[in-house]
Amino acid sequence: MSAVIENHHDDHHHGPAKGITRWLYTTNHKDIGTLYLWFSFAMFLIGGAMAMVIRAELFQPGMQIVEPEFYNQMITLHGLIMIFGGVMPAFVGLANWLVPMMIGAPDMALPRMNNLSFWILPFAFFILLSSLFMEGGAPNFGWTFYAPLSTTYAPPSVTFFIFSVHIMGASSIMGAINVVVTIMNMRAPGVSLMKMPLFVWSWLITAYLLIAVMPVLAGAVTMMLMDIHFGTSFFNAAGGGDPVLFQHIFWFFGHPEVYIMILPAFGIVSHIIETFSRKQLFGYSSMVWAMLSIAILSFVVWAHHMFTVGLPLAAEIFFMWATMLIAVPTGVKVFNWVATMFRGSLTFETPMLFAIAFVVLFTIGGLSGLMLAIVPADFQYHDTYFVVAHFHYVLVPGAIFSIMAAVYYWIPKWSGNMYDERLGKLHFWLSFIGVNVTFFPQHFIGLAGMPRRYPDYALVFADWNMVSSVGAFLFGFSQLLFLFIVIKTVMGGKKATDQVWDGAKGLEWTVASPAPYHTFSTPPKVD
Amino acid sequence: MKKEAKKTLIRLVVAVPLMFAFGFALVPLYDVFCEVTGINGKVFQSEHSEELVTEDGRQIALQFISTNNENMPWTFKPSEQVLSIQTGKYHTATFYVKNTTNKTMMAQAVPSVAPSNAAEHLKKLECFCFEQQVLKPGEEALLPVKLLVSNELPSNIKNIILSYTIFDITDYSEKTLAHHQMDME
Repeated sequence: MSAVIENHHDDHHHGPAKGITRWLYTTNHKDIGTLYLWFSFAMFLIGGAMAMVIRAELFQPGMQIVEPEFYNQMITLHGLIMIFGGVMPAFVGLANWLVPMMIGAPDMALPRMNNLSFWILPFAFFILLSSLFMEGGAPNFGWTFYAPLSTTYAPPSVTFFIFSVHIMGASSIMGAINVVVTIMNMRAPGVSLMKMPLFVWSWLITAYLLIAVMPVLAGAVTMMLMDIHFGTSFFNAAGGGDPVLFQHIFWFFGHPEVYIMILPAFGIVSHIIETFSRKQLFGYSSMVWAMLSIAILSFVVWAHHMFTVGLPLAAEIFFMWATMLIAVPTGVKVFNWVATMFRGSLTFETPMLFAIAFVVLFTIGGLSGLMLAIVPADFQYHDTYFVVAHFHYVLVPGAIFSIMAAVYYWIPKWSGNMYDERLGKLHFWLSFIGVNVTFFPQHFIGLAGMPRRYPDYALVFADWNMVSSVGAFLFGFSQLLFLFIVIKTVMGGKKATDQVWDGAKGLEWTVASPAPYHTFSTPPKVD
Repeated sequence: MKKEAKKTLIRLVVAVPLMFAFGFALVPLYDVFCEVTGINGKVFQSEHSEELVTEDGRQIALQFISTNNENMPWTFKPSEQVLSIQTGKYHTATFYVKNTTNKTMMAQAVPSVAPSNAAEHLKKLECFCFEQQVLKPGEEALLPVKLLVSNELPSNIKNIILSYTIFDITDYSEKTLAHHQMDME
């Protein structure tokens, strides 16, 4: 094959450029996908190191390792980095790699904007992380940056935080626009909307959510900037503003954001379960409708994050029921996955293990979410470790397990090599045990009343906190094994076939492994 | 780029500033929503209305709470803790303030009503919270609030709490305050 290409030196279809400029100037969707994925891995390790600091401090009651001020900076940065630096860029990276190949397009629709949307991200996180070394320290007001903590009482570095959120938002918006234009206009002939792979569907919906809510987040931080520097009083009661207004605006962004971080996971898991069950996915169209309904409902449930601010009874009842309604489409998805596995010829390779763990553990996170949706119960659970356990269950064994599953599932296609199955399984079991040992006990200490966001706690919570910390160290250090497995696979290993998995369906499995630098320059024929 | 792709792109690019503007539009929408529904304890100035005045009102208790925001050094307290009032009648209550510092200061009181569904039935004709207070060193004053609780107050409410938090706004620029004044009118 390569001999053929060498004979056509002036042929337009050349390989990648050499050296660092390949990565700086690239407009190739596969290169940009790789950049996004490595960037998010780096952020995952940095945010993870912060989680280790947090759990080390909470290993025993009393103040041991860090100052309370630094602890606050750690919880803030851990949240921001994992959400905006870890999960979101990983999904954008997967979209870059997979969406064009799945719909038979040669590349993303807007390749130059694609380059820009990636390359502004490192600057955003450089600015955010540099605030650790500034006078007054990094942002310390929690990832939800409630005013007036983040305005009147914020450290001076808050301005850098605001600009970094602006840049992250711009990056996400550009990425989302690119995905929508690609999916709406570049599908190969025959790929109708209701024939699109579910990962593509999940990303189309996610991209619309991003375009709708990231500008609102930009608006919220802009109002903060104006309150801090230009004398306005959006969130300042003394000047006629209202701090509760901040929470409404923030969660109008924040709740759809939650689904931005889980919808692509739904897509990934659907593909993996279908492949390793060697059956057709159960209920394709209901999967699409379920994702659409979840996305629409996400706009009318935001106030369930703020049941304790003193909402009128009618609003609390409305937001409670709207929130519970989301369990219906989510339940449809869970039952569809189970029905797909039912009487299938299942095998349990690493991606499938992560996908099944996703279904089980994400459902646990969803059910604790239902408990939190009940207004009178929420008055008790609000701002306790029960909430921490809930959102970590949906984000770690939810979003992050799906990303790991995706990496194991598609890395043979990306690199041309099979990963080490034995090490992959070891990584899975260490992560699975680690994640449950970390977060399951947090349900107990939360129900017992331990508040979140404090560096110290009452003695009664000591035992479960120690268990939780041990689990966190196990989970954290297991991820170094993941890094090792990925590097080992990229460097070499058993060659992958084109189809890779014998149950795999879809256009991306029809191209060579590793996927050539340019795929589908002429659209494939799809029936 | 194909024509249809350009169309999709333009639509999406237009949507972004619109959603950014929507974020800002939530600010006035929030105030309007609170005013219409009377929630959030926000009570706006109302006109004198003879229609609200009735003789067949019932007795309720009106409690007053005063709070100083963080470092606000003024003395600030209601002249009376509880007033027994009749619905459908205008009453005047007063708050005592004293600037205990040796510099001239400006203050703003921010009201709140509990229970929140009483707020829409509380009509304030006059309130010191509609304007700023400037007091010289050691100066004291009695601040009035003239109000009426409408007869339509739900019958299960027998007790209304009117609370004020007083903020030190000496350092706020004149411009901000002028803007705020307009909002209140």
